[in-house]
Amino acid sequence: MAQYELNAPLSDEDARKLRSGDVVYLSGTIYTARDAAHKKLCDLLDAKEKLPLELEGAVIYYVGPSPAKPGNVIGAAGPTTSYRMDAFAPRLHSLGVKASIGKGIRNEAVKQSLKDYGAVYFGATGGAGSLLGTCIKEAEVIAFPDMGPEALRRLRVERLPLLVINDSVGGELYVQPDLKAVGLA
Amino acid sequence: MRTVKTSDITKAVRDMCIHANLHFPEDCKKAFREGAAREESPTAKEVFRQLIENIDLAAETGVPLCQDTGLGVLFVEVGQEVQLDGNLREALNEGVRRGYQEGYLRKSACDPFTRKNTGDNTPAVIHFDIVPGDKVRIALMAKGGGAENMSRVTMLAPSEGWAGIKKFVLTRVAESRSNPCPPVIIGIGIGGTFEHSAKLAKKALLRKLDDTHPDADLAAKEKELFDLVNKLNIGPMGLGGKTTCLGLKMIVEPCHIASLPLAVNIQCHSSRHEEVEI
Repeated sequence: MAQYELNAPLSDEDARKLRSGDVVYLSGTIYTARDAAHKKLCDLLDAKEKLPLELEGAVIYYVGPSPAKPGNVIGAAGPTTSYRMDAFAPRLHSLGVKASIGKGIRNEAVKQSLKDYGAVYFGATGGAGSLLGTCIKEAEVIAFPDMGPEALRRLRVERLPLLVINDSVGGELYVQPDLKAVGLA
Repeated sequence: MRTVKTSDITKAVRDMCIHANLHFPEDCKKAFREGAAREESPTAKEVFRQLIENIDLAAETGVPLCQDTGLGVLFVEVGQEVQLDGNLREALNEGVRRGYQEGYLRKSACDPFTRKNTGDNTPAVIHFDIVPGDKVRIALMAKGGGAENMSRVTMLAPSEGWAGIKKFVLTRVAESRSNPCPPVIIGIGIGGTFEHSAKLAKKALLRKLDDTHPDADLAAKEKELFDLVNKLNIGPMGLGGKTTCLGLKMIVEPCHIASLPLAVNIQCHSSRHEEVEI
């Protein structure tokens, strides 16, 4: 398991060299979107309208941050559960998105799209919102401001600590539950 | 009769919303330290290290433990000798409203169909009970959505018994894998009716992690199922390890002769709840 310092947007080369279990400290520009923002992005794609972000090399962080206290850039900002974005992720990977950041398992279609388009799925520690928020140095709402915590934001992050969960060659870091040990298999 | 001011209730709820989202309960913190010591894999140890650092940081900086600061779930026991000077439900919701606004907490309540945010994290989910005495007792949980989504209610056939209960709980935790932010806390409600079992499961999550069920048989059952869950090797954040669950608490009440209602309420490791008596 390797450790990398990488910059976002991610190059195709950077995304493809990563393997499940690698530790990545990610810096640069990333975007926030939860399921509601994903749906809106796909609606814009359907309508052939311009998107509010550049998808090539993009890293999307599944997060709905808490409000910033006065003087702060952002509030708590840990990952939300990723499966709610499974319906949208393959399409975004096909259009250039190189990574998503969340927590929890992905479906087969998403894992296949990582292989098809040389992308990765990162895990961040769920429930470490205060800690992860300190890695965010700038935050700006760039679309859907009426959605509050679910708005689309552009973030500048410094050394966001991530683990590669699913890589572009079919690797998976989450363990299979030991059903035999409890008599379920 | 004793008069309780609804303004005092609003203030107490406001304060609990803010405090609970910044200050991690001591029993859970102790469980983190024990988990960190128990785990052997560097990944599991690293998850606990980040979570413990996160606890200290939240208390220090006033930035919440988790960005999902929860829906407010309130268990309210009103003494029958209490007279209130106003609208109790409105006073409770006003407390939630102020807490989430003034504490810079995330507002997560929305319309189920339009998904439009209500803007102030109300209405809270409120369970009332009338009890003897002249006090008002309020327990508040800031309940996150990720773990709540992994919860289920089922109506077992009575013949399925304890074996069926264990199988359902283990299957539920196994299928949830990394989704609910393990290590989880499991609230189990057994008995009553369909909806009552769910309420019991939620209430079970208010128990202290280090308490023991007063009924010796149920205490043994809790221990048995707790140990089994921790053999699933899901581990912290689903990355494998000995700590899949930090606590498993049951509340059991009588049910219909035809039924065996069972509710499993999953709580993420960020178990934020507080109680106050007025």
